Amino acid sequence: MAQVEMSGKDLRGRVQALLKEAHPDQVDQFTFRGKQWDHGLAMVHFPEGLGGLGLNPKMQGIVNDEIRKNAKTFYEDLNINPIGIGMGAPVVLTYGTEEMKKTLIKRIFTGEDIWCQLFSEPSAGSDVAGLSSRAVRDGDDWVVNGQKVWTTLAHVSKWGMLVSRTDPDVPKHKGMSYFLLDMEAPGVDVRPLYQITGEAEFNEVFLNDVRIPNERMLGAEGDGWKVAITTLMNERTALGGGSGRKGGGPIGTLMNLWKENSSKHSNASKAVLRDHITQLYIKSELLRFTSQRARAAAKSGNPGPEGSVGKLAQAELYKKVWECGLDVIGSDSLIYEPGYELKRPEAAEKHTPLTYAKYQFLRSRANSIEGGTSEIMRNILGERVLGLPGEPRVDKDIAWKDVPRG
Amino acid sequence: MDFAFTEEHEELRQTVRRFLEDKSDEQAVRGLMATDRGYSEELWSQMAEQMALQGMVVPEQYGGNGFGPVELSIVMEEMGRALFCAPYLSTAVFAVNALVLAGSEEAKSELLAPIAAGQSVTTVAYVEDGDWDVASVSMKAEKDGEAYRLTGTKSYVLDGHIADTILVLARAGGELGLFRVEGGADNLKRELLPTLDTTRKLASLEFTGTHATRVDSGGDQTDALAKAVTRTIIALAAEQAGGTRRCLDESTEFAKTRMQFGRAIGSFQAIKHRCADMLVEAEFSKSAAFHAAFRAAESTDEAEVRAAAHIAKSYCSEAFFNTTAETIQVHGGMGFTWEHVAHLFFKRAKSSSTMFGDPVEHREQLATQLGI
Repeated sequence: MAQVEMSGKDLRGRVQALLKEAHPDQVDQFTFRGKQWDHGLAMVHFPEGLGGLGLNPKMQGIVNDEIRKNAKTFYEDLNINPIGIGMGAPVVLTYGTEEMKKTLIKRIFTGEDIWCQLFSEPSAGSDVAGLSSRAVRDGDDWVVNGQKVWTTLAHVSKWGMLVSRTDPDVPKHKGMSYFLLDMEAPGVDVRPLYQITGEAEFNEVFLNDVRIPNERMLGAEGDGWKVAITTLMNERTALGGGSGRKGGGPIGTLMNLWKENSSKHSNASKAVLRDHITQLYIKSELLRFTSQRARAAAKSGNPGPEGSVGKLAQAELYKKVWECGLDVIGSDSLIYEPGYELKRPEAAEKHTPLTYAKYQFLRSRANSIEGGTSEIMRNILGERVLGLPGEPRVDKDIAWKDVPRG
Repeated sequence: MDFAFTEEHEELRQTVRRFLEDKSDEQAVRGLMATDRGYSEELWSQMAEQMALQGMVVPEQYGGNGFGPVELSIVMEEMGRALFCAPYLSTAVFAVNALVLAGSEEAKSELLAPIAAGQSVTTVAYVEDGDWDVASVSMKAEKDGEAYRLTGTKSYVLDGHIADTILVLARAGGELGLFRVEGGADNLKRELLPTLDTTRKLASLEFTGTHATRVDSGGDQTDALAKAVTRTIIALAAEQAGGTRRCLDESTEFAKTRMQFGRAIGSFQAIKHRCADMLVEAEFSKSAAFHAAFRAAESTDEAEVRAAAHIAKSYCSEAFFNTTAETIQVHGGMGFTWEHVAHLFFKRAKSSSTMFGDPVEHREQLATQLGI
């Protein structure tokens, strides 16, 4: 995409014009973000007419700062429609028809249509490309059968990004296609997935003879993996990187817990816990410094491996921080106040720092699984950063249907 | 700002790396570690003449480059990578910092220029009975006319057996001061210690009424000398980070070429994942070391610099040690032989972890600072 040059001053002028027409403190979310879209200030790196101005993506920061400066209300993309804005909009822009771009992207940005991603399956976790849901051509439609899992926001989504197998007779990477699935279509059954915390942040999505019109295929038939990779890459950069300020994030909570609970411990356990907390503090700071260093290196055009270690390091660190949290809490960690009755996170009671630590002790187990397990991250670091050879691939050159599964 | 490396920094790194690759390969390291002197005088002179490395943090008015902690850490990182054998830590890092921060004007004028010119090996003697806290120094300096007489033993003195100038921490009255003793002074017994890490020489110095002159700027020097130790620790952490990265590179290279069961062993996750974990440690070490260097260069708050040094020394020590231990394991039987370089780093890692306070001690001090 060719980039347009524009000064910060001109851009701020455009934000002022937007605010004059619609102010977030005075109109609702859909109205304000709709106007923001019309002014090309939604995602400034998108083309003109599609919510952007064709600028460098960094210029979005100027727009957001200017809105924050002039309004009490600020809508964070991550709260509005994280998957739609982070993955849906870019994939429609790259692979969608002109019609899709015009009708879908604006509603993603305003939050009128929530999006979800239907990739993982019960039998395809780390090996997503081995997935086995089937899409079979029938006239102008595809008929899909199978099960998806770990689908964030599926229960409120209008659209799903679905990858399904269209040709089982070729090796796994070559036989998938990418579809836009209307989540309200007949045969789509969304059920909450009861997890370790008692909550259901995610869903299982059952697909029974779901019909998708052929024109909702993104990319060519068999190109599903290539299209999916673009959206997965966006997911990984969104995870990892450390909390922004000194002593913030999980380590801050842990240190506060220690202040309140240290007197409960014997001298022996105090000495051990104190050293353990200090070790965790050091690693938390180093996670933060390393992401600072990665940003500095990226700015100077000299990015190195410092940028790729964050996801692994953060996942492993946060688990340890919350484990230590329960040690610090001591005997009271025998109690789990929130209980395990199935509920959606939005329906859960607000946490106190104490219940938050207990909740995170459970929730953080997923840190080293979601968005790429720590084992997969170590493979990536070993192979892509250090240049070590891959494992022999037994499923690479044989038809998907002949690969052992279980 | 932290981690704002410039093109000049990169040039400095490349120049030092080339010099060390050329002059201090593994064969050279093995040659020097087997000698008592532990360094090449010829190379020491060349280093000063061609690159002025000894004067990195000597102020310009005293004949040095007037660079700061960041540049010094870049040099130390490269020296750590090469396992460079020379009295650099004692002379160009510790002694220079002690003189710059605590020295009298006269001492700075007299002692810094020869260091910068590569004409002196100068060390600092402070540890007694294995306590690395400057405030614990108890050696007495008895007034003798204009001069002083020192009595007692200093242990683990870097290059103490060969230094031409020894800066001794001792107490005159209650005041901690800095005293100069000639390397060849009467009533000074110098003994080279049989070290775990033979690439870095340590000596025990026994003073029996040894003649000394006071060379500090007057008054109690506890704070100034603690600052000098903090800056030495920060430079040492960079050396450790350089060693960590080198061991990761050795392991990765070996894992790519060593074949077992018909495949490169690096294709096995058991090996690959060790290497990935070493990469995380190497990157965190670099962040820790240079965060501390940038803080030392830019911060006016000494508590902040001290906290950064505690983080760096604690983390870089443990990461370096882990990485060297893993390097032996990845190399299998070969890693256990004298012939392979792994043991040299393993020994360097353990001893650099112990000197200037071990990781637990630094965490203890950090915890106190943070109110943990």
